Amino acid sequence: MPIDMSDKTILKIEDLHLNFPIYQGAVHAINGVSLYVDEGEIVGIVGESGSAKSVTAMAALRLLPKGSFRLTNGNITMLGHDILKISEAEMNSLRGNQVAMIFQEPQTALNPTKTIGKQMFKVIQLHTGKKRKEARNLALCLLQDMRINDAEEILQRYPFELSGGMRQRILIGLAFACSPRLLVADEPTTALDVTVQRQVLQLMRAKARKTSTAILFISHDLALVSQFCDRIYVMYAGSIVEEGPTKLVLSAPAHPYTQALVRALPESSTKGQRLESIPGTVPKLTIKQEACSFRERCDHAHDLCVKIPSLVMSGVKTQKAACWLLEKVR
Amino acid sequence: MSEILQEKSAKQEKPIKKRSFIDWRYLWYQLTGSPLTMVGLVVILLILILVIFAPIFATHDPNTIDLRARLASPSADHFFGTDEVGRDIYSRILFGGRLSIAVGFGVVIVAGFIGTLIGALSGLIGGWFDTITMRIMDVVLSVPSLVLIMALAAALGPSLVNAAFAIAIVRIPYYVRLSRGQALLVREMPYVAAAQTFKASRWHILRWHVIPNILSPIVVQATLDLGNTILLAAALSFIGLGAQQPTAEWGAMVATGRNYILDQWWYSGFPGFAILLTATAFNIFGDGIRDILDPKQNAH
Amino acid sequence: MNEPVIELCEVELKFPVGADWRGRPKAYAHALNGLNLRIENGETIGVVGESGCGKSTLAMILLGLVQPTNGKVMRQVESASAMQIVFQDPQSSLNTRMPIWRIITEPIFARTKRSKHQLRTKAAELAKKVGLRPEVLDRFPHEFSGGQRQRIAIARALSSDPKIIVLDEPTSALDISVQAQILNLLDDLKQQQGLTYIFISHDISVIRHMCDRVVVMYLGQIVEIGRCEAVLDNPRHPYTKLLLESVPKMQQAGDLDASLENTELPSNRNLPLGCFFQERCSLADEACSQLQTMQDGVRCNKFSK
Repeated sequence: MPIDMSDKTILKIEDLHLNFPIYQGAVHAINGVSLYVDEGEIVGIVGESGSAKSVTAMAALRLLPKGSFRLTNGNITMLGHDILKISEAEMNSLRGNQVAMIFQEPQTALNPTKTIGKQMFKVIQLHTGKKRKEARNLALCLLQDMRINDAEEILQRYPFELSGGMRQRILIGLAFACSPRLLVADEPTTALDVTVQRQVLQLMRAKARKTSTAILFISHDLALVSQFCDRIYVMYAGSIVEEGPTKLVLSAPAHPYTQALVRALPESSTKGQRLESIPGTVPKLTIKQEACSFRERCDHAHDLCVKIPSLVMSGVKTQKAACWLLEKVR
Repeated sequence: MSEILQEKSAKQEKPIKKRSFIDWRYLWYQLTGSPLTMVGLVVILLILILVIFAPIFATHDPNTIDLRARLASPSADHFFGTDEVGRDIYSRILFGGRLSIAVGFGVVIVAGFIGTLIGALSGLIGGWFDTITMRIMDVVLSVPSLVLIMALAAALGPSLVNAAFAIAIVRIPYYVRLSRGQALLVREMPYVAAAQTFKASRWHILRWHVIPNILSPIVVQATLDLGNTILLAAALSFIGLGAQQPTAEWGAMVATGRNYILDQWWYSGFPGFAILLTATAFNIFGDGIRDILDPKQNAH
Repeated sequence: MNEPVIELCEVELKFPVGADWRGRPKAYAHALNGLNLRIENGETIGVVGESGCGKSTLAMILLGLVQPTNGKVMRQVESASAMQIVFQDPQSSLNTRMPIWRIITEPIFARTKRSKHQLRTKAAELAKKVGLRPEVLDRFPHEFSGGQRQRIAIARALSSDPKIIVLDEPTSALDISVQAQILNLLDDLKQQQGLTYIFISHDISVIRHMCDRVVVMYLGQIVEIGRCEAVLDNPRHPYTKLLLESVPKMQQAGDLDASLENTELPSNRNLPLGCFFQERCSLADEACSQLQTMQDGVRCNKFSK
């Protein structure tokens, strides 16, 4: 049942709260995440381990194992469908035809006992209903778009005969087979070398721009995100602490966490100087956060920080941060 | 490092402090989530209590002959009836259980200890030592185990100790194979490489790295083996290669009771049921423990 | 110039691959192809390169865990306790079945007998040095975060009073904020104890921050070597240039639209004739079909005089 919303918004998550019940309590993984992805936009989610950036994407695609989690609040709307309500069949057709995914490990996504060609044809036939010959042509076309020169020969090969970069390019090509409106890429290049990483990202971005596919790009690498994304969300301990245009957020971060993160990069300090590290560790997610989650590691913490801040405009257009400092400024 | 993996490990960090590498409270929590395993555990504990405190729970002396009460049917005086010379079957089952369970534990401990040591060494050292060991184990494994046990037990002479010895020898290769496979995995871990950089001896690596890390699958194997061993020991006694009359032993009791099975069902029936119950309880418990200690093996 | 602590002389290493019916290898994987390297006392030398370039194999050779097929390794220190390693993955480099104090003092009690009390005292002292509270000594590795585990691994490396520590991607598995803590710690320890570091990493910015000299490896060879700033600011070898261009940098959006290069590594079974990089090199010409020699710190005929 399409819900009335602007045509341009592909994915919208509103105030999502999600936890994983465990032995003695629960891990409060997502604590009030709201985000949106517009058509043709490349949106990044950056955060360190435990920030729930992957879990957020998995939840949006309904890929978390059933029964392993509790959703306590929130809405997810994707292409006009209420993700939390639609049936499994509808979800599958959405995932196959309008939304595609790429994960970190290119090895595990391909069946080692079948040739690349067989796997590609099967996926293409399944999702587009094309005949074998048309599927073959499309597969060749997709591989050429990914700058794979001897595409004919690659189709005959088995996954283990190819390098990691090649496999990831094939998977990206395949992800575009059904001309998706949204591509979710979870650390797609983390297992690859830098030279290969650059190539894979170049190809992915060129293809997405050509087909005006939106990308939700999840990464821990600030520099990578700064080159790849139009707009980013910075996550910390299961909530979004800052959002805005990539350039703005990374050159003039408004939230103390983003500021500290940028300062902690080795390239931001001169040689021989000490790096600015963030003291302490991420708060335990087994305890439900009632205060700003960054409070204990923050240089600017004050009395207001015992309450959870909400995202507010930082003063600069479209850049928002969840910090009480900004409230005071207003 | 995959993000999801790290998040999982963060999830596993529990608020309680642990001072041992086995988290007993967590194990207990898992056990309570698996009713069948709990049933197995409760039955095992009951059997153990009954058997260990047999003198307290027994109503009669297991070897006192009372010819006036030959082949009496179950009654308030003789819970499980009596045998052909009037001995109380209930009491004989309790005392017989001591033997059966002692054989079970003895065999598993001996076979497990020797097998694990050989297997771990074999996996760690590799080379010709490994090749020769594994070929010997293959030879032992290639003969059907019951046949081999019977041959060994017969050659050693019929007695319960010899039967246990025969079973232990035949079970060793299973532990060797299991622990060798696990040792091969542990050998490739970076902490072993680190130990090699400071020239740790093989013995050190075996003692501190290999053995502690291969222990849990071995404990699972041993638990499952307990039931089987009790069954095997009973089988050997049944065919006359194990415990000899007048010793109270489950298999031997079933064997003698077989002659009276049509009219005095209780004579072989109750010892048979005791074997069934004990073996099943250990198997169910072992299965449950395996799922808890190694959930991957059971993943669908 | 300081005196060398380790010198590698034309080190080659090849592994047999597969075997025919008589057990003779079918082919060889050429992991290292003629390495010459002199590591000086007290320096931090960085080793960069992509996966499969032989940088981890180099670590194994330096530690004496693998013997070279050809060439010589000359150590000025006795290798048993004077060299230690810190691995990339703090999850698997610590034995989960040992308490922290045992892990930290393992290099000591693996070789000499000491009382529990002596070991614990030593462990407490080392824990303090790497910024761990003494209360943690009785815990087990799964109770710690990645950064803390890496501190434990560093404490273990320090326990035998080494002169040289090989750091094999020590911060690659860590978050940025934690990475900064660990790099600072490594810096402090070097100052305090006059250590020599061999810092293996694929992260150029970490290498730039930490190292005095840097070695760029490609297919088991050193293609460029020199002062860290010199090499990273003015790369001469085409491969170094490609590597540095590929590293994502902050605030350079749009860089991704640049041209595309061939990224497939040649196989190390049959080494290319001539320059190893020629298939991927935009400057390749006839002169590159000759085996390249190291001259003036770079292995390329276009740049050596």
